[in-house]
Amino acid sequence: MAVKLKQLLALGVVVLTTAALAWAGSDAQPKAKGAPQPVITKAVKGEQCVEPTEFMRRNHMDVLDGHRDKTVIEGIRTKKYSLKECINCHASEKTGSVAAAKDDFCISCHSYASVKIDCFECHSTKPKGSIAMHPLNAETAHLKHKLAANTRTTVSAEDMAGVAK
Amino acid sequence: MSEQNKNSDNAVVSPERRRFISAATATAAGLTIAPGVMLYEVAHGRPEEQAASSAVRWGMMVDATKCATGCDDCVTACNTENGLTPVAESAHPRQAPQWIRKLELQDPLTQMETNLPMMCQHCAEPPCVDVCPTGASFKRADGLVLVNRHTCIGCRYCMMACPYKARSLVHESLNDTQKPDVPRGIGCVESCTFCVQKIDRGDGTTACVEACTASGHNALVFGDMNDPESEISKKLRELPTKQVRADLNLNLGVRYHGI
Ligand code: HEC
Ligand code: HEC
Ligand code: HEC
Repeated sequence: MAVKLKQLLALGVVVLTTAALAWAGSDAQPKAKGAPQPVITKAVKGEQCVEPTEFMRRNHMDVLDGHRDKTVIEGIRTKKYSLKECINCHASEKTGSVAAAKDDFCISCHSYASVKIDCFECHSTKPKGSIAMHPLNAETAHLKHKLAANTRTTVSAEDMAGVAK
Repeated sequence: MSEQNKNSDNAVVSPERRRFISAATATAAGLTIAPGVMLYEVAHGRPEEQAASSAVRWGMMVDATKCATGCDDCVTACNTENGLTPVAESAHPRQAPQWIRKLELQDPLTQMETNLPMMCQHCAEPPCVDVCPTGASFKRADGLVLVNRHTCIGCRYCMMACPYKARSLVHESLNDTQKPDVPRGIGCVESCTFCVQKIDRGDGTTACVEACTASGHNALVFGDMNDPESEISKKLRELPTKQVRADLNLNLGVRYHGI
């Protein structure tokens, strides 16, 4: 019994030291090194989202859920939380869609977090008309955003853990 | 409302908001500069933040005496507007969704032929709403009978209950062929919406009516049956019309002349 306990303790010490060393050493490294991370394509349009980015990251599903009842049942057609508008801004320039390729905006994050949404069984994943022809787009997409649209940011594992809560 | 409040501590005026304000100013200016034009707009559209109101009741009048044999422009227009696959092109025509269909009837005694389009009659007392177990089948304040596809479970009780065979179930995946303005999808029941996307945009008419007018047949009139000055109210006052299966007392939103 005593021998077993000692072995266990020793093992524990070894594990803890390795973990601590690894942690200390990884300070300058990207977080969750080696683990896949979701790709978040920059929105083609607009400087910011309809709410602060932090808020949207965690609460976009509630916002959509509330808005869809207002629209379908009451007929309120405000644009702010409309799914069509999300798609107008967030559709990828490459696929023209928010959910056609695995890196598209409404796919990448969700597959990372094992979230399955059925919205696109019914809702078109593409904006009305081509992205370039969209009237709001012509007016708002400065060259800067066009360029920025192709850059990608990754979200840290911590951020994702926050969202998944 | 609570959604709005969440935003209130965010002091930044977003470009969205600025755009909205300038749009609002433009509309207000429109009111004073061109009162005639705006009055028309107000009569048919409503501001996007305003809910549909029971002051309005959308309805349609079908003049079967003007509905032409062999013409199905209304059906084609409906398919195009709402992104439906025409029945003839469907892999499974017998179960292909149809929101409006042309009927050709013949009186067995006199051989007289009647043409008419049949679609959701937008009942004031809709049986489909009565039987829906989830409340997905509902009547909007302005009289449109719709399916909330977010809560429809595809049980098809409403299809059984409808005396007009106006509803369809989507049997197959639509694979992102839908129109952005008209989401529809597998496992849900659907039917004519009186082109709710057009009504809420302020068009004041439906795709089928536009097509019928464009073809010169003028068999369809659409409008607010609660407004005594609307074209449809005037027509209904002028011409004798019938409700299909009037015996059911459903108070229909579609009235037929010449049947
Ligand atoms: C079975 C089909 C179906 C599914 C699945 C579906 N919707 Fe919808 N949705 C609709 C229909 C139909 C409308 C009404 C469109 C109209 O009247 O313009 C709608 C309207 C909306 C609207 C208001 C219109 C807009 O574009 O802002 C929102 C928001 C919305 N849905 C969000 C969602 C979200 C989020 C999901 C996934 C969780 C979802 N929907 C899944 C059919 C569906
Ligand atoms: C005006 C264009 C616009 C609209 C409309 C819009 N977004 Fe955004 N959204 C953006 C931009 C730009 C960002 C990135 C902001 C940043 O980098 O800080 C963003 C960020 C986000 C993020 C966080 C991404 C991340 O970096 O983690 C989510 C989630 C999101 N949007 C969802 C939505 C949803 C859902 C809707 C519809 C209700 C919507 N957006 C509507 C422009 C838009
Ligand atoms: C920043 C990453 C990220 C992006 C980008 C993102 N989502 Fe999400 N979304 C999540 C996560 C994580 C969850 C799960 C949250 C939970 O389970 O609490 C989620 C959940 C949802 C849900 C609720 C699913 C359910 O089963 O309850 C909906 C609906 C949704 N997202 C819609 C969208 C749409 C539409 C877009 C594209 C406009 C989008 N999301 C983009 C991370 C994201």
